[in-house]
Amino acid sequence: MSELNLTLKVWRQAAHDAEGEFKTYRLNGVSTEMSFLEMLDVLNEQLIAENEEPVAFDHDCREGICGMCSLMINGQAHGPDNETTTCQLHMRRFRDGDTIVIEPWRARAFPVVRDLVVDRSALDRVIAAGGYVSVNCGSAQDANALPVPKQDADKAMDAAACIGCGACVAACKNASAMLFVGAKVSQMALLPQGKPERTARVLNMVARMDAEGFGACTNTAECEAACPAAISLSNIARLNREYFKAVLTSPR
Amino acid sequence: MSVVAESTLDAKVPSGPIEEKWEKHRFEMKLVAPNNKRKFDVIVVGTGLAGASAAASLAELGYNVTSLCIQDSPRRAHSIAAQGGINAAKNYPNDGDSVMRLFYDTVKGGDYRSREANVYRLAQVSGSIIDQCVAQGVPFAREYGGLLANRTFGGAQVSRTFYARGQTGQQLLLGAYGSLMRQVEHGKVKMFPRREMLDVVVVDGVARGVVARNLVTGEIESYAAHAVLLCTGGYGNVYYLSTNAKGCNVTAAWRAYKRGAYFANPCYTQIHPTCIPVSGDYQSKLTLMSESLRNDGRVWVSKAADETRRPRDIPEEDRDYYLERRYPAFGNMVPRDVASRAAKERCDAGYGVGTTGKAVYLDFKDAIARDGEDVIRQKYGNLFHMYQKITAEDPYHVPMRIYPAVHYTMGGLWVDYNLESTIPGLFVLGEANFSDHGANRLGASALMQGLADGYFVAPYTVGNHLASVKLPRVTTHHPAFQEAVVDARNRTEKILGVNGDRSVDSIHRQLGHIMWNYCGMSRSAEGLKDAMEQIRSLREEFWQRVKVLGTGEALNQNLEYAGRLADFLEFGELLATDALERNESCGGHFREEYQTAENEAKRDDENYCHVAAWQYNGEDAAPTRHIEPLTFETVKLTQRSYK
Ligand SMILES: Cc1cc2nc3c(=O)[nH]c(=O)nc-3n(C[C@H](O)[C@H](O)[C@H](O)COP(=O)(O)OP(=O)(O)OC[C@H]3O[C@@H](n4cnc5c(N)ncnc54)[C@H](O)[C@@H]3O)c2cc1C
Ligand code: FES
Repeated sequence: MSELNLTLKVWRQAAHDAEGEFKTYRLNGVSTEMSFLEMLDVLNEQLIAENEEPVAFDHDCREGICGMCSLMINGQAHGPDNETTTCQLHMRRFRDGDTIVIEPWRARAFPVVRDLVVDRSALDRVIAAGGYVSVNCGSAQDANALPVPKQDADKAMDAAACIGCGACVAACKNASAMLFVGAKVSQMALLPQGKPERTARVLNMVARMDAEGFGACTNTAECEAACPAAISLSNIARLNREYFKAVLTSPR
Repeated sequence: MSVVAESTLDAKVPSGPIEEKWEKHRFEMKLVAPNNKRKFDVIVVGTGLAGASAAASLAELGYNVTSLCIQDSPRRAHSIAAQGGINAAKNYPNDGDSVMRLFYDTVKGGDYRSREANVYRLAQVSGSIIDQCVAQGVPFAREYGGLLANRTFGGAQVSRTFYARGQTGQQLLLGAYGSLMRQVEHGKVKMFPRREMLDVVVVDGVARGVVARNLVTGEIESYAAHAVLLCTGGYGNVYYLSTNAKGCNVTAAWRAYKRGAYFANPCYTQIHPTCIPVSGDYQSKLTLMSESLRNDGRVWVSKAADETRRPRDIPEEDRDYYLERRYPAFGNMVPRDVASRAAKERCDAGYGVGTTGKAVYLDFKDAIARDGEDVIRQKYGNLFHMYQKITAEDPYHVPMRIYPAVHYTMGGLWVDYNLESTIPGLFVLGEANFSDHGANRLGASALMQGLADGYFVAPYTVGNHLASVKLPRVTTHHPAFQEAVVDARNRTEKILGVNGDRSVDSIHRQLGHIMWNYCGMSRSAEGLKDAMEQIRSLREEFWQRVKVLGTGEALNQNLEYAGRLADFLEFGELLATDALERNESCGGHFREEYQTAENEAKRDDENYCHVAAWQYNGEDAAPTRHIEPLTFETVKLTQRSYK
């Protein structure tokens, strides 16, 4: 275990409608065993001691599954490691003397709430438009009455692993949510349970995505590279296929 | 100290044979006619498995639901982090499972400190949970034939655990969240994220609403309804370090306690045997390595106390597979409390591994040799990946180092058979209630219980309350709301007004040390008394020295945190009090004074075969200890044995 002395450039913004700016902080003696968020905890303790308000950032599970943490770290969503959320990123990834630039997700659909915290409720509204199977509690048949080929179930699980953090949107120069929507549409399209609402689902989710101000997809694949849950670009291809099929077959 | 009550609590368990109680009760409960349901408003606090499933199901029935949660989205509730799986008595593997066996295993696993009728109902509805989740498109693991796969969890000799890789909680929660968002879209659920409930509002003795802080604007908001459901999770973070998410808290339950809801068995906490060990003082949380790993991993330490060799260089004959040695029948699959204590015993005796000596090995060498690395990767890939991220060691080649950590809380608000607390109209679901797990929860049973409560119990029992109690119109203009709002505001201002010199986090860490050292894996009367003293003085220190900057009129995470810590500082003392009053060992509650010759937990069924439920009597008064006697009609009370 060794220790790092770091320079941090952190985005500070008091409120949604306030002007924001980068502030520079020196942080010494950071253990390489710490997670990135633990490093920010230490920074905040230092700020409190100096009577400066701590940096606001979202986090909860700190084990890479809740999707609450975010952060652009040196311009990369969730930092430099592949398939890793910010909370799972460790300081051993950095070098003594490094300068680290820390910013919130930037996207039209994700307004800044304070400092590094943004409002991602647009993603919930996209799911509300159809990212589910419409089944009331109590009406289900026996679970094994509907066999699902293992390959399909596995692929559905790959897509369902999305943690809804919004890194795909933050990484995309168009702030597109196609990977997020593609993951949910794919999960449902791959499973027999999703079939009855297949057409309406994709049309409604895409319409909602556009209405929320997410941009178009131009296939640069930054989303896939940034995704901590390894959601593959093939989900966007499937979304496009589902969408065109739906447009052709839906009685408008 | 505490006051002992004369009367006992009535759990309202229906009469009749255990198999028929729920069926009979469902028939006897009153119904709200379909087109009257829209006249009733229900508040559901929390959107974990319990809250999301309850809110969605109540809205599907036609009630108007208001849902609140702390996170920025309902999908991020702590349930999302559950890894290993969910139990159900489906008996798909044809290995002898049944409702009766799941019931029996759960009662036994809980060390005979749970309510039989509730546990039986839980086992009865377990199968429907799996049906419901599959219908929602939850991608459970499947066999090549396309049918659902199962695995084994601790405390069971059958395979009844359904799973979705190492992300079962995530997938179940996303299923419930989908149903919840569908009702949001239909306008039947009004969703309020980034809200923290700070009080329950009781009008004429009945729960009629809550007040909550809007975490973005700081405003204290009021919500009125005909019934309130608390689904706010567990209080493991009173120990500071735990496997729980950082936001988990006791606040909602604690404020309800102060309004008259009894708090049951707060000393029953679960220490999970397989977590990544503590590595430094800055550490903010502990990470669980799912119990499912014990299906294929073998737990061991060296037979020599002064071992210096690397694990791979230690030959078989020098290894002590102590769980297999001590518990040949269950081996590595003993329940959590047993496995945790056994690890502590080895480490305390000087056989611990790693730099701190507070760890044991969990080794996959034999499983990889038997099944190949690919099969192991299929089953546990994401867990191994997580382990490697945190420790920078590769568990495919080096055994994991693990140590017990605080994980789950069996204690919680006392509820009757209807999941109703001692405040009429206040229902408590999921980990927040004192639950069906007695003194120790078996793996994969929390997800089952949360969803049973939310999908299959509360929708009936809440309806019964709405149909049978006279509920005059109450709005947020009622004086009880005004009073609660003022209380909440004063509290915030009081915290901000201290203006001291200690950070919230430093005080929380100190509380965590006290709790872990005196109220952790083993407890003694002397230590508990000491802990109570220390907690009291730390609480005083908090109110003199805590430093929270900024204002209450904006997003202020440190202020939120301080409020939760203030509640933990009160609650911690009740936990210790309960532990001190329970003069026996059972499940996760291990009192050094009460153990068998083989160092196993020694129950005292004559004097402690009951639930202890605490009543709040005011700031400076001792709480009253009520009891609910536990009677075992179906399962015979015996000394638990996993040998
Ligand atoms: C790492 C880990 C792994 C686990 N794995 C398993 C497993 O494999 N199988 C199993 O059966 N169990 C497992 N468990 C246990 C299980 O996950 C939990 O017991 C269960 O998910 C709790 O669900 P819940 O709905 O009661 O509460 P939670 O999911 O904790 O939800 C609580 C909700 O309440 C809200 N809330 C809390 N306080 C307030 C407040 N004051 N105001 C407003 N909202 C509030 C939160 O925002 C959240 O929405 C695991 C637990 C952990 C920590
Ligand atoms: S804090 Fe939950 S994913 Fe990072």
